[in-house]
Amino acid sequence: MKASTTIPQLIDKNQKQLLVDWLDHQAAGSAGGGEEQRGLSQRFIAALKDGLQSGQFTEIGTEAWASTRAILEEVSQEGALRGDTPTQIATFVLSLKLPLFNLLRRDLGKDADKLADEIWNATLILDKLGLYTTEFFQKSREQVILRQQQEMLELSTPVVKLWEGILALPLIGTLDSARTQVVMENLLQEIMTTGADIAIIDITGVPTVDTLVAQHLLKTISAARLMGADCIISGIRPQIAQTMVHLGVELDVVSKATMADAFALALRRLGQSVASPARAGGKPA
Amino acid sequence: MEQIPILKIGDCLLVSIQVDMHDRLAMALQDDLTSKIVATHARGVMIDISALEIVDSFIGRMLNNIAAMSRILDAVTVVVGMQPAVAITLVELGLALTGVKTALNVDKGLELIRRVIDDEEGQVDRREE
Repeated sequence: MKASTTIPQLIDKNQKQLLVDWLDHQAAGSAGGGEEQRGLSQRFIAALKDGLQSGQFTEIGTEAWASTRAILEEVSQEGALRGDTPTQIATFVLSLKLPLFNLLRRDLGKDADKLADEIWNATLILDKLGLYTTEFFQKSREQVILRQQQEMLELSTPVVKLWEGILALPLIGTLDSARTQVVMENLLQEIMTTGADIAIIDITGVPTVDTLVAQHLLKTISAARLMGADCIISGIRPQIAQTMVHLGVELDVVSKATMADAFALALRRLGQSVASPARAGGKPA
Repeated sequence: MEQIPILKIGDCLLVSIQVDMHDRLAMALQDDLTSKIVATHARGVMIDISALEIVDSFIGRMLNNIAAMSRILDAVTVVVGMQPAVAITLVELGLALTGVKTALNVDKGLELIRRVIDDEEGQVDRREE
């Protein structure tokens, strides 16, 4: 839709006044402000004017609005990182309405028809821009969530070497298929590189063990066994032991209550032992 | 036709699979191996599959079969050097090879066979006393 409008010229003429009014409004709406906000607002008004000059009010995806979009994206992204609500972010654009309407009223005061037309034009475009801000805000939030998920996946599956030939795999969080895959690959790779005989899988950090989680655990254990390493499960909390029995979940592997017990068993299997110096005959330092 | 060599080390047989296994080769290996166990009175069989990148359900079952046959002929079977990817594939296929002993490498495999044989002889000795 192409429409003739006087808004760009109006903004051009009253740029300073509009900026001051708008900043007042923003300051009233939120705690934000300062030099940064001022620069941003000024750039936005200039970009808005350029966009309006193209005469396209319904299509903000076009080239003419590119600079306006860029500024809004900047606002959304910063807001998302700061933890602002979508309302706060959309308010940045929507708070421009009142100053702009006031400006229009002053300029076209007598001509009611013209005033109504221009206000409609301004509303149309500002609403579109406001919605765009919200949309982009949501997108950047989703990106943050996605990145955090990936980081968690990588961070939460460390394989630790406890002793020559003994690996520990402390699991934290619920085991789903995707995580099991990562856990399995990490563990098998580590078994391969360190040549470990025994892997201790500690499930202290696993909140619930249902049949599915048990199946995932068993898969991991079977794969490790195929590589020639034995697994010991440790860290089964009392409540979890009860739930497992009630659910009829059977883990057909050696399990120990704590990682310490599992470690002691692993050492015994490798024919090694840890003794305190006093008992071994020497004096403790 | 290509053939998989079977090497004798003491009273153990070492089968190192270096080529991609196809089904006929697998069947031939079963034949060769069983005859060789009988001919050499072997007590242990070690199958090295560290060079094997692809394992399907047929090869998985073959490993299981070889272990079962050897057991009947009084020899322990140890599969050594399985690649992580192969292990994951077998588990996903539902083939946990529960009847087969496994070890990380040939060294540990030999040790395991030695231990199993010693255990069995120990039991026989105790029974005779």
